[in-house]
Amino acid sequence: MIDRRLFTHFDWGLLGLVILIAGLGVVNIASATASYRLVGTPYYIKQLYWILGGVLLIVTVCSIDYHVLEDFSYWLYGILMVLLLVVLVAGRSSMGATRWLNLGFFSFQPSELMKIVIIAVYAHYFTKSPNLNGLGFKDLLYPFLLLAGPLLLIMKQPDLGTASLVFLIALSMLMFVGVRFATFVSVVLAAIPLLFAGWHFHLREYQKERILNFLNPERDPLGTGYHIIQSKIAVGSGGVFGKGFMGGTQSQLHFLPEQHTDFAFSVFSEEWGFTGCLVMLLLYLCLVLWGLSVAKKCNDRFGKLLAVGVAAMLFWHIVINIGMVIGIFPVVGVPLPLFSYGGTSMITTMVGVAILLNIQMRRFMF
Amino acid sequence: MKDQPIVTENSGPNKNLYRLSIFAAAIFFLLLLRLWYLQILEMENYQNLSESNRLRLVPVAASRGTIFDRNGKVMVSNRPSFSVAVIPQEVQNKEVLLARLSQLLGVDRLELLQKWEKGKGRARYYPIILASGITRDQLEILEENRMNLPGIDIQMHPVRDYPNGIIASHLLGYLGELSEQEMASELFSAYNPGDYVGKSGIERNWEKELHGVNGGRQLEVDAMGRVLKTVSEVSPTIGNSMVLTIDLDMQKKAEEAFGEQAGAAVAMDLNSGEVLVFVSKPDFDPALFAEGLSSKQWNEYLADTRHPLENKALKGQYPPGSTFKIITAMAGLEEGLVDENTSVNCNGSYVMGNRTFKCWNRKGHGTVNLRKALRESCDVYFYKLGERLGVDKIAWYARKFALGAPMGIGLENEKGGLIPTAAWKEKRFGKKWLRGETIPISIGQGYLLMTPIQLASMIAAVANEGTIYRPRLVRRIINPEGQVIREFHPEVLARLAGIKPGNYRLIKEGLFAVVNERGGTGGMARLYEVKVAGKTGTSQVVKLRDKGGAIPYQYRDHALFVAFAPYEKPEVAVAVVVEHGEHGGSAAAPIAGRILRQYFEGKGIIKKPTPVTGNAPEENSSETPVSDAVPEEAEQTVNED
Repeated sequence: MIDRRLFTHFDWGLLGLVILIAGLGVVNIASATASYRLVGTPYYIKQLYWILGGVLLIVTVCSIDYHVLEDFSYWLYGILMVLLLVVLVAGRSSMGATRWLNLGFFSFQPSELMKIVIIAVYAHYFTKSPNLNGLGFKDLLYPFLLLAGPLLLIMKQPDLGTASLVFLIALSMLMFVGVRFATFVSVVLAAIPLLFAGWHFHLREYQKERILNFLNPERDPLGTGYHIIQSKIAVGSGGVFGKGFMGGTQSQLHFLPEQHTDFAFSVFSEEWGFTGCLVMLLLYLCLVLWGLSVAKKCNDRFGKLLAVGVAAMLFWHIVINIGMVIGIFPVVGVPLPLFSYGGTSMITTMVGVAILLNIQMRRFMF
Repeated sequence: MKDQPIVTENSGPNKNLYRLSIFAAAIFFLLLLRLWYLQILEMENYQNLSESNRLRLVPVAASRGTIFDRNGKVMVSNRPSFSVAVIPQEVQNKEVLLARLSQLLGVDRLELLQKWEKGKGRARYYPIILASGITRDQLEILEENRMNLPGIDIQMHPVRDYPNGIIASHLLGYLGELSEQEMASELFSAYNPGDYVGKSGIERNWEKELHGVNGGRQLEVDAMGRVLKTVSEVSPTIGNSMVLTIDLDMQKKAEEAFGEQAGAAVAMDLNSGEVLVFVSKPDFDPALFAEGLSSKQWNEYLADTRHPLENKALKGQYPPGSTFKIITAMAGLEEGLVDENTSVNCNGSYVMGNRTFKCWNRKGHGTVNLRKALRESCDVYFYKLGERLGVDKIAWYARKFALGAPMGIGLENEKGGLIPTAAWKEKRFGKKWLRGETIPISIGQGYLLMTPIQLASMIAAVANEGTIYRPRLVRRIINPEGQVIREFHPEVLARLAGIKPGNYRLIKEGLFAVVNERGGTGGMARLYEVKVAGKTGTSQVVKLRDKGGAIPYQYRDHALFVAFAPYEKPEVAVAVVVEHGEHGGSAAAPIAGRILRQYFEGKGIIKKPTPVTGNAPEENSSETPVSDAVPEEAEQTVNED
């Protein structure tokens, strides 16, 4: 089963990079939660468990040839669509916007897994029907339908953050496959009135509020605006070298919202300054480019597409989260991969990384 | 030119990948530029903000809206609750302070210490709550000794107040602290941790209206976290008030009439569907939930075998017993199987194949027509009618009454009851319907299940001759300025189309006889000023061969009564279920009578009784037939032969 060659081709560099970023994340979580009331296991220890779980997951995923994804992508897609529907139905009874599916021993968000599955389905589809002259309107129809189903269900939950990520991942893959210039321009032009319609008919009141508050934080200085203002103060006051580990007043005095999850990078910026941020951004850029280089080295079209999808997933998470923390994107609740506290995000990211490693180690088999 | 692909895979090996890499790097560079702007160019500005102008946000909880009855009487309002908090950093001598507090409040020193220790590890200068829900007296003592208690802060927040004590608990519902699950939901995004939210009843289902909008105070704190001043304050907005359809006076009388018995009662305006009385017994004390229920009390409620937390008016499903004879009779008349003169001989039992179905009156009722069959609740008459109708015909008429499905009253987990059909049994048990199974159905036993709200709706539809209204609990919603922002109107759920008016008359005459004629089973619901019509019912809990001697409480039959009044021009419908009350005529009918009496007293039609002449129905007990006290049974036994 596990060929010797596979082991020799294992990409230790990528795994090392991932563990390095996650490790920095643990240190940062320790600082962000230092002033929390301690109940049970500290967050940074729990995060270590998640990382360990993620590494075990990588080992498992790497032992299976990623081409099984090609065979099963539509099945996975179908199952996830059903789960998303179940979440909607179950969510109604508990009165809230439920994204979680409780399986008794643990609960998870089907919408989170959809990010990976849409990558697999797109990779599968574009392997089967390569379009070497760029995609026209007709070629876009089927991928569009594949995307529309999950998007609608996720938006219905409502989870705008995840929906936009799924959309951006799909869009990135389309751009990789290639879209005709005229088609691209007309779709963009057609999208503008649709966006207006969506604003009027589909967005919930609180979602509109968030976007308006983002455009003008002064609208709501006690709510979302407060979070953005406080986060900017934290980042800005970090200066060149930062206030030092556990020295951030913004975080230690609880001025930051969700400072160990979505706003973890804000804590990091305050304590490690511009220097730290520069290092972090370089590490993340490395990660994304590494993903693209996996695609480049891979000779198999399916693998190439998968790798591009995973790189896109990492890229958009990073950009949206950091953009939110530094006040250039709205607060949508997207975690920073490997860095924010949280099991769901850690597992999704690790599955993505595992797929990259998997492609990399089998690149000479074709 | 225009149709050239901008990015395609054959535009050079991996050229598109190269472009994507450049794009990624460019975006990262933009992020870096922004960081440069914030952390280097604007550094001084932000450092000043973080050093000197620290803003802390302290939420201020909104008061929930008031809940009124239909006449504007307060059912639930708010009162201030005071709690004692400590800011540890401002305390000089912890031991002395604890000793003083313990003495002034009369609370154990260890208990205070425990709370103090538990609150440690939070941000500096964050108050820790040591005691909540302190009384006015304690508050006064504390205020007097304020000078001797450095570091102590007295905080006020609104809690739910129940001026009428324990009343309509299941309808109003209780509150509880926002759970972690709820906190994660977008619907509660504007809530603060520790907020109280409705967990059941009106409080839960109208949470959005009642809660109001939390306010907040922006406090300026110094580098140590000490509060310097309030920078800005957004006052909370009180929640909207709700005017219910409930009549508080009727509700009170109904609950009094129940006493210690378990069960449910519903009364409604039968021309609009407005619910006037909504009782479920035993009940719980919502005031205990207002400031957080102790787990001991919670476990006691859960362990009680009579289920005080269950809303029996909506979730209690009971076999309707003889009250269902109304539906069987309607089906028989409409199908032309019987008319007012059709008579049947009742000798105390009915034999079908090798089974004998007994009438509750073992001696038999003799010759019985429809009026007598309803009045004396003769089982044999309905056995014979039911057999000729068949289960599916009966079910068809029951469905016309909108039975077998939740009525959409707008509270959580309303049950729908069960109207069995042959197809239903086939699907549920994979077995064919047996003819013998139709016999108990015709007198409301067997698989049949109805909720008290459905019982009330059924009798209302007979009384108003064909309209089933959706039961409603809310009349209007009023904003804090006193303007009506939403008004609710009657909603027709279904109409009984095509029923001959003469048939309504025949059934109503029978129901009138039940309450008002010699031999009727419902005499204890009689009022002298207003004519009442109704039907008793007894629903079997378990089959007991021998009902002699004392039966254990949990095996006793449920007692039911449905009624409407006035007979000539019906206004109000009532349904009462007394769990294990045994006989509808003796346990449920008096409660229904009491509720109806209050309705007409409230309208000024019946004068308030003076103590001596009160309880009119009882005076008449010599005249009321014996059958009131006699078990009205529906028993079936398998013949030994």
